[in-house]
Amino acid sequence: MLEIKCPYCGKRSQNEFSYGGDATVKRPTLGEEISTEDWDNFVYFRDNPRGKHTELWHHVSGCRQWFKASRDTATHEIFDTCKMNEAFNE
Amino acid sequence: MSNAYRTKNSTGLINKNKKINFSFNGHTYHGYEGDTLASALISNGIHLIGRSFKYHRPRGFLGVGVEEPNAMVQLHEGNKSEPNIIATEVELVEGLKAKSQNCWPSVQFDIGEVNNLLNRFFPAGFYYKTFMWPKSFWMKIYEPFIRKAAGMGVAPLQPDPDRYEHNYEHCDVLVVGSGPSGLASALAAAKNGARVILAEDKANFGGSLLTDEVTIGNMSGKEWANDTVAQLKSLPNVILKKRSQVFGYYDHNMTVMIERVSDHQENPSKYTPRQRLYYIRAGEVIVSTGSIERPISFGNNDRPGILLASAAKEYMTVYETLVGKKPIIFTNNDTAYSTALEFLKNDITPVILDTRNNSNGELVKEVKQKGVNIRFNSGIADTKGHLKIKSAVIGELDKDKENFTNLENIDCDCICMSGGWTPTVHLSSQAGNKLKFNEEIDAFVPDKKRQRESAVGAANGSFTLNQSLAEGFQVGFDLSNKFTDNNIETNTPNSKEPKYEKHERLWCMPLPQGKKPKRFIDFQNDVAVSDVELAIREGFRSIEHVKRYTTLGMAGDQGKTSNLNGLQYVSNIEKKIVPEVGHTTFRPPYTPVTIGAIVGREVGSHYLPTRKSPIHNWHEENNAVFVAAGLWQRPRYYPKESENMNDAVNREAANVRTNVGICDVTTLGKIDIKGPDAPEFLNRVYTNAWLKLPVGKARYGVMLREDGMVFDDGTTSRLSENHFHMTTTTAQAANVLSHLEYYLQVVWPELDVNVLSTTEQWSGIAVAGPKSRELLSKLFPNIDLSNEGLPFMGLVDTNIDGIFARIYRISFSGELAYEVNVESNFGLHMWKKIMDVGKSFNIEPYGTEALSTLRIEMGHVAGAELDGRAVPFDVGLNGMVSKKKDFIGKRSLSKEAFTSEDRQTIVGLVPLDKRTKIPEGSHIVENDKVASPVPKLGHVSSSCWSVEYNNPFSIAIIKDGKNKIGKNLFAVSPLKDISIPVEVVSSHYVDPDGERVRS
Repeated sequence: MLEIKCPYCGKRSQNEFSYGGDATVKRPTLGEEISTEDWDNFVYFRDNPRGKHTELWHHVSGCRQWFKASRDTATHEIFDTCKMNEAFNE
Repeated sequence: MSNAYRTKNSTGLINKNKKINFSFNGHTYHGYEGDTLASALISNGIHLIGRSFKYHRPRGFLGVGVEEPNAMVQLHEGNKSEPNIIATEVELVEGLKAKSQNCWPSVQFDIGEVNNLLNRFFPAGFYYKTFMWPKSFWMKIYEPFIRKAAGMGVAPLQPDPDRYEHNYEHCDVLVVGSGPSGLASALAAAKNGARVILAEDKANFGGSLLTDEVTIGNMSGKEWANDTVAQLKSLPNVILKKRSQVFGYYDHNMTVMIERVSDHQENPSKYTPRQRLYYIRAGEVIVSTGSIERPISFGNNDRPGILLASAAKEYMTVYETLVGKKPIIFTNNDTAYSTALEFLKNDITPVILDTRNNSNGELVKEVKQKGVNIRFNSGIADTKGHLKIKSAVIGELDKDKENFTNLENIDCDCICMSGGWTPTVHLSSQAGNKLKFNEEIDAFVPDKKRQRESAVGAANGSFTLNQSLAEGFQVGFDLSNKFTDNNIETNTPNSKEPKYEKHERLWCMPLPQGKKPKRFIDFQNDVAVSDVELAIREGFRSIEHVKRYTTLGMAGDQGKTSNLNGLQYVSNIEKKIVPEVGHTTFRPPYTPVTIGAIVGREVGSHYLPTRKSPIHNWHEENNAVFVAAGLWQRPRYYPKESENMNDAVNREAANVRTNVGICDVTTLGKIDIKGPDAPEFLNRVYTNAWLKLPVGKARYGVMLREDGMVFDDGTTSRLSENHFHMTTTTAQAANVLSHLEYYLQVVWPELDVNVLSTTEQWSGIAVAGPKSRELLSKLFPNIDLSNEGLPFMGLVDTNIDGIFARIYRISFSGELAYEVNVESNFGLHMWKKIMDVGKSFNIEPYGTEALSTLRIEMGHVAGAELDGRAVPFDVGLNGMVSKKKDFIGKRSLSKEAFTSEDRQTIVGLVPLDKRTKIPEGSHIVENDKVASPVPKLGHVSSSCWSVEYNNPFSIAIIKDGKNKIGKNLFAVSPLKDISIPVEVVSSHYVDPDGERVRS
């Protein structure tokens, strides 16, 4: 069980959180024309890197805030977490 | 015979004043307080405890603790029965019942032993090779046969009656193992002010200090251990846990420990759990788990009575038990001589065989001085004795130690073997530590750590007491400094122990000439030297493959005594050094853990939390039959007298259509939405338009996922300019909230909106039926409930008995209906009030079944239709999709596959005979007479008995549904083996124009 530092609440066990996937995906702007290929890339395709991954977590059994984490997918090391409007200290 | 095998001196930890009776295989014996099942049996002269896994060979005790591979027994009887328990880990308790497993009819005479005579037909990989074909035989014939024949113990069929608890415990430093290095590091860390947990698997703290004759400071090892434990006990920042095994090391320094709380108690109190599972997220973990002695492989080295020299010593020193009276000690190193000295204390002179050419170690000298003849350069070739060792064939080794010379047979009743020591690196390895091979001790030790874990003492390959203590004090102090500023360092005391000479690198004896007795490496999995040879001959090279092919080091044992000997043998054959061969992965749990302990209290109704509406008790009192809706308990129907479910549901539903019904809808998800951008947000979340919804009005909305599938639906109402009340389905309430939060926090943080779950703040009561208006007008005489005063999709706030109530005119049943919302605490009050006034209108409560009937008849979609595979078009919700604005998932709807005309869409079905109910999940086919596979048009999602037309009615999702209306098809249920001719009709079966809700 991972130990994750919520940027609002501090360190908590993984069972308080739910995983939200790749945090670098940007939703296309509402109302803008978009090709089927670009839209499909947004909806369906994600990279599955071995190593550092910027991802979303939701403190669902806590403060209910979404935030970003930088985690190694192979070792589970979490390098940093930050609020949505912040950048990692790297 | 009784207790004939006890030592002369009572210097161990046995209380001879307290006799304990127990039974083994139906015979009654006694032991004493402080005994384990193993020591009590051995003291009664019993070594034969079970049969081996594959060949059913008679087996006895090899070890004295967790390392024991053979002595697995079935404990207790009935629902408390438990298989595969290691007898060396069971503390004796009055009335304990144990029996051998894997034998029939008895452990002395076991039919399965024929496998041993046929052993040349059961080589490694036997099962893989033999039971390959015919394929169909595997499930029905081979697999059950093998299971029965190669069984371990038997799991009870009844539920486990014992209680198990889960705890979270916290500390700066967790110390695993209480030998010299563990005690030292715990003391150093604790004195420096760190919060410490010290965990010891056994019933006594001290580890090797309880068996070794050493001096620390001016005390014996045992005294120093007791003194250190007393000091630790006096410190408030220390938790001492004995009978506690840390069996798993997971990510981010999460360790899991099992404590045997009451297994050893004769009459535990009713509320004491049997075992407790601890989750400990430690700041630092000190692995002081010691080391395990290595066996030696020689012919028939698995007979009962052949055991590890260290085990024999611990049986004597701690359990005051003699493993035999005519011992042979067989070793490649000095430590086994301490076992010889213990025998000598009991006036027993062992025969000593040492593979080495000589040794001048201090213990060796001491044994020599006592006049014992030591046979150097000697070994054991083979043994005899069926159910217990009777004699050994011994001989001198030639110069290369590859052959025996001068074999002779000598009598014995036990053999104590020692092949040196293996550091217990399991926890470090589980933590991700890359182990390295230490050639000085011929074993793997922890190297580069991945987590906050430090091995000390024997577990780190430091085999002398001096090293162990120094490491323990140093590491304990250093690590505690990370957590405190005290900087209090504890001095390492001086210590004295015998000096040892080096072991010999020899763990497998040559075969006696012309014979091929089995030389076992892995006792638990019945893997012999010949099996490893075969695996390599057949081309398995990777050590992981050799492991799986031979089963070496697998299962509950995790190779505690076998791993290194197996690797060593592979490296000998391959002419490689051990580090090149590598090692297999150590996996948790380190020792077997009862499933009940892992499950804890989360059994039966405690498996998940139960949610009840504030009106729940009323439902109970009124004979409701409940159904789980997610975590919620909802009334399913309210049977009267002899009514069955169908009768009750039809009565309840019909009463809504003709009079008025009342339904508890508290479980619907409710979300409060506030903020200046709330209308814009809803406009993006829902498929329809929201900007112009007037205050005081509700609107039905559908939301999609980005992939275009319908996610949820419900009504949302505008309470004021910037304040909305959203309802969701019961099942999706939590997911919808997370979904909204995701878009507000991650995607559109510029929107000024707040969302908050208010599901539990409101109690909702649906009042539905043609008489609902009359009823509520009587209850709320001050408000205008006429069609003009409160039109469909309107809402009004009011007061009754000083309670705030909000009345929505919304309907799920398709009838004229209202939903009264009050604060949860007043839910029951309001419900009773409505029931009271409703009496004169023939009001009756209705449950989820009638609710379903009503919505199915009306063609309203619910979870069964919105199953994550439907776009709005499929379920008749196309009218809800705005063409003007963009919203979540809209772009997906224009994808080719989602606009195809022949998609499966919603229709109604009526059986041609108007009688046969159509099972949900049935397949819809055009022709049920053609050979399978029959082309499938779709499936039945929901079925009911239409109370309006008094015949069955179903909703189905079928290919090109709209154009199939009026056609006859078949609903086929292969599960129920029926085929029902049906007519396709509109899904809006009752009141298709929706006149009633607007009346």
